[in-house]
Amino acid sequence: MRGRLLLLALLLGCGPAWAESPAECRVAENLLESSFRLPQVTRALAAKRLTVLVVGAGSSQLPGSSGTGNAYPARLEHALAQQLPGVEVKVTTDVKAKRTAAEMVKVLPALLSATKPALLVWQTGTVDAMLAIDPDQFSQALDMGINIAHSAGADVVLINAQYSPRTESMIALGTYAEDTRWVALQHEVPLFDRFSIMKLWAGLGTFDLYSATKKLDIAERVHDCIGWLLADLVITAAKPEEPPVNGSRN
Amino acid sequence: MAPVSTERDLRLDLFRGLALWLIFLDHIPSNAVNWVTIRNYGFSDATEIFVFISGYTAAFVYGRAMQQHGFIIASARVLKRAWQIYVAHVFLLAIYLAEIAYVANSFDNPLYAEEMGVLDFLKNPDVTIFQALLLKFKPVNMDVLPLYILLLAWFPPMLWLLLRTPSIALLSSATLYALMWLFEWNIPAYPSGTWVFNPFAWQLLFVFGAWCALGGAQNLSRWLHSRVVVGLAIAYLVFAFAIAMTWYFPRLAVFVPKFVGDAIYPIDKTNLDVLRIMHFLSLAVITVVFVPRDWPALKSRIFWPAIVCGQHSLETFCLGVFLSFFGHFVFTEVSNRVLTQVIVSIFGIAIMVAVAALISWYRQAERRGGGPRPPAARPGYAGGDV
Repeated sequence: MRGRLLLLALLLGCGPAWAESPAECRVAENLLESSFRLPQVTRALAAKRLTVLVVGAGSSQLPGSSGTGNAYPARLEHALAQQLPGVEVKVTTDVKAKRTAAEMVKVLPALLSATKPALLVWQTGTVDAMLAIDPDQFSQALDMGINIAHSAGADVVLINAQYSPRTESMIALGTYAEDTRWVALQHEVPLFDRFSIMKLWAGLGTFDLYSATKKLDIAERVHDCIGWLLADLVITAAKPEEPPVNGSRN
Repeated sequence: MAPVSTERDLRLDLFRGLALWLIFLDHIPSNAVNWVTIRNYGFSDATEIFVFISGYTAAFVYGRAMQQHGFIIASARVLKRAWQIYVAHVFLLAIYLAEIAYVANSFDNPLYAEEMGVLDFLKNPDVTIFQALLLKFKPVNMDVLPLYILLLAWFPPMLWLLLRTPSIALLSSATLYALMWLFEWNIPAYPSGTWVFNPFAWQLLFVFGAWCALGGAQNLSRWLHSRVVVGLAIAYLVFAFAIAMTWYFPRLAVFVPKFVGDAIYPIDKTNLDVLRIMHFLSLAVITVVFVPRDWPALKSRIFWPAIVCGQHSLETFCLGVFLSFFGHFVFTEVSNRVLTQVIVSIFGIAIMVAVAALISWYRQAERRGGGPRPPAARPGYAGGDV
């Protein structure tokens, strides 16, 4: 798999110019491509006001007193604000550990009507895999969530599970990752492939994801990179010009 | 209908041995070497090969037992085999629990607070272990043996039917498969969800294997060698390969028309998607056409390592699961460089071959009367392992 990812990274060639993100994140830029657009975000950017709602489970947060500020939703807000001068960026979060996709769908309508976001960033899949939720039910929950967001006038970006090498032989993410990819494809929403990105980092030695530690430094840097890359994905997919992925190089 | 030949078809052992190697490689998470395995190049994977050949050999061995010694004796042997596999499964479970308990005690990382929740079941082992003994709680990658146990437990009446009216037996198996899709039958699992390999679906491949062993393959051989069938099989394999490439190169996905994507996804492994069956059958057609039964190379030394593994499949399978745990342990504790992954993969296969060879040697010694048992004690194994 790692070899395949490297090959993938090489074959896909260079992406657009990414100015701000820390250098260590950039190795994963090529995994960011998406053929799908975010029209509501495009509109919000034109109106100079972008509201994002992040809904997620335990892997969207970090522990500790400064955890919220260092977790990727806050880093996303920072990265968007940096790269979109003149745009008022606001990221609200609803993050609680141990939630399945179906549990998050239940709270979506209230959250969406309260915050009226242009974009819903939805992180899910890990808990469903851990509890071995029926994959059909998982896909249906994703379907419902995306439909709810779309009818509330919000674009959607899906985030899949983290790459977690130590627990890899205990959590079967495979089916859930495939289902997420498929649902994203069906609804034509971008997928932020956090799993492949983190796997690439682990393979290249960018971050040591194997280490047993109570320290937060690696976790914070990982979240920082995720925030930056997510911002890149959102901005690229919201560009009003022609889609970023047409002239295939392969 | 009688088993068509008394001589064991070495192709079965060869491909089952290869399937066991591929299952071992696929079961080590993040193994760079598993890009060689067939699941990356099409819809089906080594599981289909393993289940089909297991059905084939089960019919080959127990079909003869049922004709010679009757329904009761043959059924007892089948159930004894199912029991052996159950014991093997519980043994692997003990090793798995040891690994989990170790990880739970030694690993801490704030990045993975959520993922570590998977170890919570250690907090109530009373429920978990009980559910595991009932085959409802099945750790990751330990789903094949429970499927095999259930398929064997249910095999005696099916074998009886296969020996009398093979077409009706195959038809009833296909009907069960269709009903499973219609009514979404599956067996519940613990803590939630259903069996990863739905027995109501996978029985079809097992029974089809058994049907082939009992003369079905001979009836089919005229069709198998027709140009049209071979051409269709090749075309389908190329199609599956092209689709598989879009999984790794997302840019290629734009070349898949939407209606094709809507029609084929999701490709359901749990319920043995028809696309997977067709992919397996295409592979089987190509194999049967290009690898004749009396191919001299089958007796050569090159294929011996895979063949000997295929002849002792239960032992090799269990060893493979154990080695894949161990391989993952090496990756996390020692090194996860690509070179390590290659070495672990090659070493693992070498150990599987060595142990299979040792078992083979010991069985022969036993049969010659050198072992602790008289040779007559194990007549059911004349055809080799099931």
